[in-house]
Amino acid sequence: MSEPFEPKIVAFVCTYCTYAGADLAGTSRLKYAPNVRIVRLPCTGRISPMFILKALQKGADGVLVSGCHPGDCHFTHGNYHARRRWMVFRALLDFTGIPPERVMFSWISAAEGSKFADLINSVTEDIRKLGPFDQYQELIKETESPATL
Amino acid sequence: MAKIGVFICHCGENIAAKVDCTKLAAAMGEHPGVAVSVEYKYFCSDPGQESVKKAIRDNNLSGIVIAACSPRMHEATFRKACAEAGLNPYLCEIANIREQCSWVHTDKDMATAKAADIVRSMVEKVKRNNILQPIEVPVTRRALVIGGGIAGLQAALDIANAGQEVVLVEREPSLGGHMAQLSETFPTLDCSQCIMTPRMVETAQHPNIRLLTYAEIESVDGYIGNFKVRVRMKARYVDMNTCTGCGDCSTKCPVKKISSEFDCGLGKRTAIYTPFAQSVPNMPVIDKANCIYFKNGKCKMCQKSCQINAINFDMQDEFIDLEIGAIVVATGFQIQNTALYGEYGYGKFPDVITGLQFERLASASGPTAGKILRPSDGKEPETVVFIQCAGSRDPSKGVRYCSKICCMYTAKHAMLYAHKMHDGKANIFYMDIRAAGKGYDEFTRRAIEEDEASYIRGRVSKLWLENGKMMVRGVDTLLGKPVTVVADMVVLATAMVPQPNAKEFAKTIGIAYDEYGFYNEAHLKLRPVESSTAGVFLAGACQSPKDIPDSISQASATASKVLALFSKEKLEREPVIAINNEATCAGCWGCVLACPYNAIEKKDIRDRSGKLIKQVAYVNPGLCQGCGTCVTFCRSNSLDLAGFTEKQIFAEVMGL
Repeated sequence: MSEPFEPKIVAFVCTYCTYAGADLAGTSRLKYAPNVRIVRLPCTGRISPMFILKALQKGADGVLVSGCHPGDCHFTHGNYHARRRWMVFRALLDFTGIPPERVMFSWISAAEGSKFADLINSVTEDIRKLGPFDQYQELIKETESPATL
Repeated sequence: MAKIGVFICHCGENIAAKVDCTKLAAAMGEHPGVAVSVEYKYFCSDPGQESVKKAIRDNNLSGIVIAACSPRMHEATFRKACAEAGLNPYLCEIANIREQCSWVHTDKDMATAKAADIVRSMVEKVKRNNILQPIEVPVTRRALVIGGGIAGLQAALDIANAGQEVVLVEREPSLGGHMAQLSETFPTLDCSQCIMTPRMVETAQHPNIRLLTYAEIESVDGYIGNFKVRVRMKARYVDMNTCTGCGDCSTKCPVKKISSEFDCGLGKRTAIYTPFAQSVPNMPVIDKANCIYFKNGKCKMCQKSCQINAINFDMQDEFIDLEIGAIVVATGFQIQNTALYGEYGYGKFPDVITGLQFERLASASGPTAGKILRPSDGKEPETVVFIQCAGSRDPSKGVRYCSKICCMYTAKHAMLYAHKMHDGKANIFYMDIRAAGKGYDEFTRRAIEEDEASYIRGRVSKLWLENGKMMVRGVDTLLGKPVTVVADMVVLATAMVPQPNAKEFAKTIGIAYDEYGFYNEAHLKLRPVESSTAGVFLAGACQSPKDIPDSISQASATASKVLALFSKEKLEREPVIAINNEATCAGCWGCVLACPYNAIEKKDIRDRSGKLIKQVAYVNPGLCQGCGTCVTFCRSNSLDLAGFTEKQIFAEVMGL
């Protein structure tokens, strides 16, 4: 039996809620899976679908987007924009053949350290079950191989 | 070529216990563009910071990454250190390997691998950081207070007493707001007008306050420190400079039966009128809709009676443009129209009145000179039923929230009634008695124990007339039985709701509001008096239902915020704002729709002859808060967010 697959997950989070929630998980010394790498942004409204695609292209097995709860956005409604964008983006993911399950969306407030830890654990488990994301890797290898004359 | 310094902090054992710092420092030293990679026990300490500064100077570093605790802890510390070493502070990034790595993971190898990823991605980001300068915005030291009720007066007086200029705008012809309508105030039972009118006079006479009554805000442009406000002075048809307030005009006015707004319809007024005897300014206005002259061109009785020719029927609305540094919104509330509750019979039975109407009946300056007389026949009511929560805490028909003041004023009404009608009987239907506040619970106990108000816990289902008496059918939930109470008068504790035009007004000034139309604070707990727009503050019941002490506290808090803002000549702000590339911007205005702060303006691009070539988006640095929503919206990739540029984020992702 080989070692369990350790997925690589990139999380795009807003600095006001989820990043602070992740800090709280730290100060509370909660333990969770070490598979997630956080990219801090001012607001989920700043998160471009291109960031998510780039992460998947660069070898992430899953992506997590998390921000303030609806109504709690520091910037009044950046998270609503993110949510709308996500609804459209999910259709695009499906269309391009990327399983939408690999991209997750959630709300975590600055007070929800334990929710953050639980979420990271469950996301890691889910992605582990899905296995490595290699559909793209094949394609990238093919398209990026130099043309010969 | 980038020369990045990487500084890996052990944080004592906090990081070093789970992350192999020596290995990490060695690995980072190999990363392209990294000139220095060192570890130290505590970089935040004085010697630690000194070593960072020395490394910056010695190696002429182009950027640094501090791998340590959360940026929320020490970003400011290290940015300051950077600045002291002569490096732009925005060329410093923090890699969070404590809260988000060493403290939450147990496996040392995996934690070290994660720390390496985090640091590497920050190195990639910092390579693409730009030199940024804090944004400086000049401040106009003049405050605008909107609303002349108790909250507005308090804010205006506090700011003016501190020596700053204030412009106070009131929509009605007189200052005073709702507080001037009240009879006595809980929990002290002191006369409302006795404490209110001196403040109104003080405000009007204050050398630092410019008073604009019978005026409305037409438009608000600009941003914190630099608002441009246009005020519409509604035509009074009375020259404020010559009028002495003698009142001859009102006495002669033939239209005498207009229902008085100030007396909530219980009294009458003339077409040329002052709202109440103690009005400030004590000068009348002509109610154009009811004036005979404006209706059919005849009458002018008031003009004839005025000995100093102060009345001018040709007066027009005027506009005043103001330069303002900060705005206090204190626009107050209204009471909900209770006619929507058919079962309470408001509007159907004349003796069913609202709490505010009861205040007018109980007020010494009211239509009955302070005698509690029922509106239908002017008799003294022998029994009065008070119905609490007539609209509040009712998700089906009314509003979901608690109006906060009704428990207290109903207890006060029962007391006032008992003091004026010694053998009268007050019955109060209630859901809960919410009397949290200094002296409040004692007050409600006094109503029950000394003034013998009878509290019935339950709701009223029906109200009908029987032999000239009103029958009130309800339930006593403590006895578990339906009850029917006979009443000569019924007083409804109606819900406090936002002003009728609250939402439109919020759009005029550009602040956020909730589902009801109450104005939203920037943070319910930490920033309760600031609105979502920088430089606009909230006081009183326009934010949520409030009693007088709360309104005054909040008003004083806004004054302190305004004064803090005015204590500096220039404001300094983080330079994290959106920047537009005008060369590629196509002017699709997607960003305008996305921006929650109205920070994006349309800018004309003209050629040398002044011909308009195109319009592009311009991000106002004073208004932009740096959320970046517009950047993601931008179809042509013209907008970018300083500090979190597309390049930086992509590099960060690639570095992971």
